[in-house]
Amino acid sequence: MLVAIPAWNEEGSIADVIAKVREHRPDADILVVNDGSTDETALLATQAGAVVVSLPFNVGVGGAMRTAFLFARREGYQALVQVDADGQHDPADLDRVLGGLDVADVVIGTRFHPDSMYFVGGPRRWAMRLLSFSLSRMNKGAITDPTSGFRSAGPRAIELFAVDYPAEYLGDTVGSLAIAIRRGLVIHETPVTMYFRQTGRPSKNAIWSALYLGRATLALLATGLQGGRKSRGDQS
Amino acid sequence: MIPNILAGLASLVTFVFVFSLLRRGVLREQYAVLWLIVSATALIFAIVPRALYWVSETVGVATPANLLFFMTVVLLVLVSVQLSYELSRHEARIRRLAEDVALLDQQIRELRSQRDGS
Repeated sequence: MLVAIPAWNEEGSIADVIAKVREHRPDADILVVNDGSTDETALLATQAGAVVVSLPFNVGVGGAMRTAFLFARREGYQALVQVDADGQHDPADLDRVLGGLDVADVVIGTRFHPDSMYFVGGPRRWAMRLLSFSLSRMNKGAITDPTSGFRSAGPRAIELFAVDYPAEYLGDTVGSLAIAIRRGLVIHETPVTMYFRQTGRPSKNAIWSALYLGRATLALLATGLQGGRKSRGDQS
Repeated sequence: MIPNILAGLASLVTFVFVFSLLRRGVLREQYAVLWLIVSATALIFAIVPRALYWVSETVGVATPANLLFFMTVVLLVLVSVQLSYELSRHEARIRRLAEDVALLDQQIRELRSQRDGS
């Protein structure tokens, strides 16, 4: 089993995240995809004992994750869990997110659940509601938290995402789910705890949420409505 | 007469410039050919303004200048869309290459440490 951590300039938290993952799942191999960091992220991750793959420049979470899926496919992993490098995901939930893989291809750790302690208010909440509504309709079951980056993938999902994983804004979360649903993959959810981000808290004004919703809708349209097309940039 | 000379000069300069870029191998011919045709057409209209009058009369456009503007706008829009398409394709390919480079780099480092370790 592979724990993949996409990291862009996370020298402050990366070692801690790796240590916590190891503590909860000593059997897991840890891969840090260093997404063009200019700080000591790669060095600290190597010292913490993770396998580090360094992208030559920043390509965004989607590119970092496709690299992780390519790695998982190359090394023959049957399961991959994505964990954020900023420490907002609790590795104590790893078993929950991985546990659902025997019946699902993708398991999302959701913040919006009675058991979770996460709250989002204002326009951002409405934007997320709409996203979750449209994705849930496409899926056979509910997807309450489509923008969650705490998720696991089974063999079928690894095979798919190694070839096709969008790099656009929100493509790595919303778009990838749309692709998975289109290909008939089974997506489940499980409640997890998430901590608020220390830095870069999203603003909550109307213009921002309108932009957010627009881009999310575009991400859905761009990736969800095209069935069976060839993956961009991948002729192999 | 002076506008005609200016237009003629401009299209001639463009033609020569694009041709020299093509000759030096800077511009690929799929793009060069388009601009060569465009500047050659502009040159013809500059030398023989009657040609433009004739074309607009045939198509049914009252003011020949409007036909010129219309054709220019259509051309520029098509070229922009084409360039956006090419750019997107190249971004996807570059991203793909970056991913492969990163993975190969990791594999080399691993093989090296295995070799040095044993």
